[in-house]
Amino acid sequence: MPDGNQTIIGQPAIRIDGRAKVTGMARYASDEVVANPAHAFLVTSAIARGRIRGFRLDAARAVPGILDILMHGNVGGEAEKPKPMSGGDTTTTLESDRVWHDGQIIAVVLAESFEAAREAAHKVEVDYEAEPPSATFGSPGVEEEVRKAGEHKDYKVGDAEASFAVAEVKVDARYGTPTQHHNPIELFTTTCEWRGGKLTVYEPSQFVYGLRGSLAKQLRMDPGDIHVVSRFVGGAFGSRGGITARTAWIAVAARRLNRPVRLVATRDQGFTIVTYRAETRHHIQLGATRDGRLTALRHEGWEVTSRPSEYNVSGTETTARVYACPNILTKVNIVHADRNTPGFMRAPPETPYMFPLEVAMDELAVALNMDPVELRRINDTQTDPATGKPYSSRSLMPCFDQAAERFGWKGRNPAPGTMRDGDWQVGWGCATAAYPANIGPAAARVTLTLEGKARVQIAAHDIGTGAYTVIAITAADRLGLEIGKVVVELGGSELPAAGLAAGSSHTAGICNAVAKACEGVRQRLAQAAVTSNDGPLAGQDPAKLTLSAGALRAPGGAAEDLPKALARVTTGVLEVYAENIPKGLPPESIGKVYQGQMAMSRGHSREDATTYTFGAQFVEVRVHALTREVRVPRAVGAFAAGTIVNPLTAHSQYMGGMIWGISAALHEATEIDPHAARYVNDNIAEYLMPVNADVRSIEVIMVPEQDAQVNPLGIKGIGEIGIVGMNAAISNAVWHATGRRIRDLPIRIEDLL
Amino acid sequence: MRPFDYQQAQGTAAALALAAQHLAPPGEERILAPAQYLAGGTNLLDLMKIGVAHPPALINITALRQDHGRIETDASGLRLGALARMAEAAEHPAVLRDYPAIAQSLQLAASQQLRNMATLGGNVLQRTRCNYFRDPSWQACNKRVPGTGCAAMAGVNRRLAVLGVSEHCIAHYPGDFANVLAALGAEVEILSSDGTARRIAFEELHRLPGDAPHIDTNLRPGELIISFRVPAGPWTRRSLYLKIRDRESYDFAQASAVVALDLQDGVVREARVGLGGLVAKPWRSHEAEAALRGRKLDQASAQASADAAFQGAVTHGENAFKPELGRRTLVRALLQAAAMET
Repeated sequence: MPDGNQTIIGQPAIRIDGRAKVTGMARYASDEVVANPAHAFLVTSAIARGRIRGFRLDAARAVPGILDILMHGNVGGEAEKPKPMSGGDTTTTLESDRVWHDGQIIAVVLAESFEAAREAAHKVEVDYEAEPPSATFGSPGVEEEVRKAGEHKDYKVGDAEASFAVAEVKVDARYGTPTQHHNPIELFTTTCEWRGGKLTVYEPSQFVYGLRGSLAKQLRMDPGDIHVVSRFVGGAFGSRGGITARTAWIAVAARRLNRPVRLVATRDQGFTIVTYRAETRHHIQLGATRDGRLTALRHEGWEVTSRPSEYNVSGTETTARVYACPNILTKVNIVHADRNTPGFMRAPPETPYMFPLEVAMDELAVALNMDPVELRRINDTQTDPATGKPYSSRSLMPCFDQAAERFGWKGRNPAPGTMRDGDWQVGWGCATAAYPANIGPAAARVTLTLEGKARVQIAAHDIGTGAYTVIAITAADRLGLEIGKVVVELGGSELPAAGLAAGSSHTAGICNAVAKACEGVRQRLAQAAVTSNDGPLAGQDPAKLTLSAGALRAPGGAAEDLPKALARVTTGVLEVYAENIPKGLPPESIGKVYQGQMAMSRGHSREDATTYTFGAQFVEVRVHALTREVRVPRAVGAFAAGTIVNPLTAHSQYMGGMIWGISAALHEATEIDPHAARYVNDNIAEYLMPVNADVRSIEVIMVPEQDAQVNPLGIKGIGEIGIVGMNAAISNAVWHATGRRIRDLPIRIEDLL
Repeated sequence: MRPFDYQQAQGTAAALALAAQHLAPPGEERILAPAQYLAGGTNLLDLMKIGVAHPPALINITALRQDHGRIETDASGLRLGALARMAEAAEHPAVLRDYPAIAQSLQLAASQQLRNMATLGGNVLQRTRCNYFRDPSWQACNKRVPGTGCAAMAGVNRRLAVLGVSEHCIAHYPGDFANVLAALGAEVEILSSDGTARRIAFEELHRLPGDAPHIDTNLRPGELIISFRVPAGPWTRRSLYLKIRDRESYDFAQASAVVALDLQDGVVREARVGLGGLVAKPWRSHEAEAALRGRKLDQASAQASADAAFQGAVTHGENAFKPELGRRTLVRALLQAAAMET
């Protein structure tokens, strides 16, 4: 497709759905109107392991307005358990009497009102046959195994063990990260409505086709008989990537009652009925020469998962390739406990795995008496050390240099504990952020009308990121229209398929598909214009015609207004459907998306190049000299992510990621009772995240970068990388402020007393 | 939903009379009186929603603001009506000027929205944030269901108490303002259901858990708090509330300290010291005060005072850091108060 006429891509644009959101006109899934819904309330297990002997339901059934109670005894055979997007098997809910984890769905109470359903649910009494549960690492009864190769790879380059043994300078340390939960503001809801044999599901989703495909299998239905609707999503962060158990049971409930059923699960249920970021442990060994060149990198990780699942994130796929190093060895282990199955959460592999690597790099810089930025420079590379392939583009050091300049890094006294502001110890730290540039196949339909408006239809997902707007920008750019002339329809399985909105892949996948459909429009218009007998563009080379500013234009200045150009093709509307299969994926990969399966080209697994986004993050912390509370007055992040479609929403994404990084480093941890294996702080009063007063200055620098290889539009993706370096940058800054190296997150007062 | 009676009292006498209609049988009354007075509702309604409190009757006493919502000060001290809003007291000029510790304890609590709703009387009666108490699916909680045990002792307890705990309960009193009332030797004015008034020391309002942690206070069924009286003293102007918490705002204290000092040439003539965030009930540390009296306020005397305050601390694993954090918090507060310009 012709380039060089990008006038709208890259310009800041306000969200096209912003007005709808702030005026309450945007319909989130549980706002969708259904006739006379019954209300569901979940009963969840109060033990983490065992069996359900029976239910005592007399009191619940006596609640006025109660309609039905679903349990394994009466509906267990009506649905199969969901298949997670990753990790194989998972735990059951109503399919059996087995309790796998705390807070597992064990019954669904249905009533005329939410209040009646809740009251009856509180009156359900459960007789358990409890068994001693295992909570997490180190608990009696956990089962550890080496993660099998398959979904994820280990790397062995050279001989890391031998090189480490003889290295001139070494870092050898262990690290840990806690359980975390997404807690999107929109609660986990599902509304199901049957019409004849056809089912409509309203649920916030990051993958409507995936939800449809999985639900069809679970309910043994034809996917074509299921319509999934998810027009607006109030935050997702990975929590709505794969289908969870609740959906099928609400569908079953609606079928039994023969009326729509709505579930709005409670905040605390959101801690156990969906996925979470599992706690991890790490062992890192770095060896280097006296002048700072890495000679050995070993990274072994451990991740918690449920009993039946092999879910893991294996962030070693990134840590193995961040720095030039001739000897690399990685390994990942999974630890099965009596927990629900974990899942994606913002930068799933990189957030927990880059933390230990980037703290270890800081420790190495200290051991070498070297500036941590210079240590990164010495080990920077344009070649992927794990595979030998070139990076399609890599702007790590421009990011470090620009962020360091803005931050004022050169004013840093490298000795720890030397900077002070009154009673507060001041520390500065930095870290690398890295995230693969992924892309999935997607399809889009673009319709041009005689009024000069375009409609774009694609089953993409705006999870708060601004997807509606980047699609409108792309279509406007390619069709030569104003953004306001583009109508975008997203979030429904009646639309052309798009993949999982995750892995920072979505903008690249959907914008390239939309651009391809727009190119189809341009070709049809151009062909008609050049073959006409009378038009201003007759006889021109159709490949050279472009759409801009409401007209079809030739290089020499000849032009025809869009309505006239369109009239040469049709007196109706021009509709073009296109599928974009990213380089390296097979043609049938779009079919997999339609079937609801994952199909993604990953930045670390491409044949032609390694494609990654890089960034550098700098943080100032203050630690009170006496009482040791940690605050972050400022942070600067610089990122190079290829084409930025909308700098306005990109800024929000980066900034949001950095704020979440402050949260992850200092606040967030889901506390689990070590004996009962049950979450304790399952509410957002005690599951802390920063409030406004904790977030002072956050500066985002977008380092220009062009990458023609990564995909036609050069988009690398930005959703995840903002969080990646923050954990380590904060820990490194805390070391600089206090001399205390904290290797387990979150960093709290008690770690520094 | 769970049914309950709801009545609006038009005046004080009516409120007391309504409560008297719901008195529980003798022996049961202290667990939770069957009629609960409802003012801002910022704690009670939460507890009802999460299934911890289920009073059969609520008596809305918002109309009693007419009688008991005033904030008055004179030479003898400060009188805070129990139905004054937290925000009103936090922003009252005389409180800000003469009792800064009170203003600060209120400003640093909750959020502005909650402070606009919550009353002072309700605030001092807020119940523990112990998660094992607040989630009825935990079976072992002596505070919620007497005799069931305490899951918190071997569990997640970094927010729980180290002072005043018993072998039956380590729940913390989570509030801020009440610690200042305790420290400043306030009295609480209470009406009983027959309309007679009594006054007790604020320090006597809350109970230590002992072997009956389910009984939070010494209020009798149907009794109504109508005011708090804070005596004047040369120490109230040089007073502050220091709150240490994991995040900068909208968080309960991990540790807090109330300090009020009467200093002459740097020597402590009189001191009032309170603690929060790690105490089983609103806490005045007479030991910390005694350690300061007559001494020059410096690092050494502040440390001695803090050591005295935490002599009896008992920890349970995760919260082992709290005595040290509490001592440091008190040292910081003492030195900060000494440096105040009054």
